[in-house]
Amino acid sequence: MNADRRAGAVQLEALADGAGKMVRSSVDAETRMNVEEFLFHQADLLDTKRWSEYVGLFSGNGIYWMPARAEQTTWQGVPSIFAEDINLMNIRVKRIGHPRAWSQQMEWATSHVVANVRVGAPDPASGILTACSNFHMTELRGDYQRYFAGRYAHQLRRRGDAFEIMLQRVDLLSAQIPFDYVIQAWV
Amino acid sequence: MKTKPATLVQPDRVHRRCYADAELFEQELRNIFEKTWVYCGHETQLRKPGDYATVQIGRQPMIMVRDESGAIQVLYNRCPHRGAQLCVRRDGNTGEQFMCSYHGWRFNLRGGLLGVPIEDGYSNTGMTMTDPEFSMKRAARVEIYRGFVFARLVEQGPSLVEWLGGARAAFDDMCDRSPEGEVEIIPVCHRVVQHSNWKLFMENQVDVLHAGVTHESAGRAAMAVEQQLQQATGTAPSEYKFLSTLALPLSKFAELLESKNFPNGHALIAAYLEQPRDADTLEYERVMRERYGKKKADEIMGRNAHHVVLYPGVSVQPLLLQLRVIRPLTVDSTLSEIWHFRLKGASDAMYRNALQYFNLINSPATLVNADDLENWNRCQRGVVSTASEWISFHRGCGSETGGPGVTIGKAGSEAPLRNQYRAWLDYMNQGEGM
Repeated sequence: MNADRRAGAVQLEALADGAGKMVRSSVDAETRMNVEEFLFHQADLLDTKRWSEYVGLFSGNGIYWMPARAEQTTWQGVPSIFAEDINLMNIRVKRIGHPRAWSQQMEWATSHVVANVRVGAPDPASGILTACSNFHMTELRGDYQRYFAGRYAHQLRRRGDAFEIMLQRVDLLSAQIPFDYVIQAWV
Repeated sequence: MKTKPATLVQPDRVHRRCYADAELFEQELRNIFEKTWVYCGHETQLRKPGDYATVQIGRQPMIMVRDESGAIQVLYNRCPHRGAQLCVRRDGNTGEQFMCSYHGWRFNLRGGLLGVPIEDGYSNTGMTMTDPEFSMKRAARVEIYRGFVFARLVEQGPSLVEWLGGARAAFDDMCDRSPEGEVEIIPVCHRVVQHSNWKLFMENQVDVLHAGVTHESAGRAAMAVEQQLQQATGTAPSEYKFLSTLALPLSKFAELLESKNFPNGHALIAAYLEQPRDADTLEYERVMRERYGKKKADEIMGRNAHHVVLYPGVSVQPLLLQLRVIRPLTVDSTLSEIWHFRLKGASDAMYRNALQYFNLINSPATLVNADDLENWNRCQRGVVSTASEWISFHRGCGSETGGPGVTIGKAGSEAPLRNQYRAWLDYMNQGEGM
């Protein structure tokens, strides 16, 4: 882990603390619609397995984080389910696409629903927006289906007419119960 | 009719029923898991009196608790009145007593009955306050080795230290690496259910040749990104080696991964990961030499166990500070509990190495174990086939060296798998009175 990555992330975590507490939107309707469209697009990239485009939604020092426990406040130095920068995400993409990724040889698909989107006002200094939402995901593996649900907290920065993800926190409702098998792609 | 275990195990092959027969599975719980030492937890999970953790031993729900005197007790998680479980959380603090949620029977932290409501309702009945039948039952024996708590449900048998034998290295190699000689647990446990027999997990832990095939995709993916980064920036994160090493050719695994096989089915598999040489590691080595003297410190840091496997349920990675314990659920499903530790007195940087391994290899989003789980599921679906009655354990059979106490397997030998079945047969024969 290089020092620049750490420095960038410290700033982001300060913003992350407020994410879970936000209960209502405090931006104009157009901004909220833009954020919703971005989140729906992100979910669609997962469901259509467009992995490289998915990774491309993250900023150069962006982080995808799924904490092991809800009370965790930083992705660094603690056990996580996922704690991935762009490079680790690229490893995951290459593995999933490898012809001998044995666990992925069976029929495998997901369907995400993202809802209850709330968008907080941009941080005046950085312009970074925090968006909270809820998700439901159904996964098909072989002849079986299983379900996941939880909350997203996104920290987004404007990039052109869309956004890039600085930090995405994913709190899985079932993070501490036994996993039936494991998770192979981001939720 | 009961199956005779001896008919199922031959020196170089095992009957498929060992993985597929539900009745045999019940025999295993009774004769192995409920008779031998089972890992309950680490004493740093229980900091103060009343702290408890729930744990499964065979079919028995148990509670590990710290009592008022500071001692650790392991009790059956069952009210002796009507059988209700007393603790339902995975961990917590029960205060000075356990109280049953059904009729309010109360017990002290050693399981002794403290009181029942309207006690005179029991006058002139077979229930008396002093009858141990009406206290929480305790595990027959609880012993702790270097902070790791084990219990057994029957009195008869070796002490924990005797039972561990040479496999004490699991805990010695981990704890000795701490400048204070101790580790503490990180209180986050990942749990994963595999849809396969528990023995497939235990065998995989000592299967030295699977890695290059099972984990090829993870190894190659990591190696590609590692090389890209090295070309672009001259360096890549050291933790990528955990993954990219899996892309080594099979012959390399066979050469590096020698096994030491101990009595009771335990084994030690030599390490194949190169030790990091970064500034944090060098500083840690300096502290260790200061603490233990150069000779002793170098001896400790030179130990190279990748896995030490304690049959029938524990797999320890002393250098990587990880511990996995399995709880068999049914003949074809198994729960694994995955923990990691921190070296007391060592810097945060040394902890991060263990943490990266925990996150990349042992988390429920693992890039590596996903393919192990897949292969065990495939094995479980395969053992119902009657294409053959036998599962092969031939590799290296007869080429083991060494003598009583420890045998050595080389060149990808399945020696440690055969060693597990020797212990299996001992337990099962003893249990069936043979």
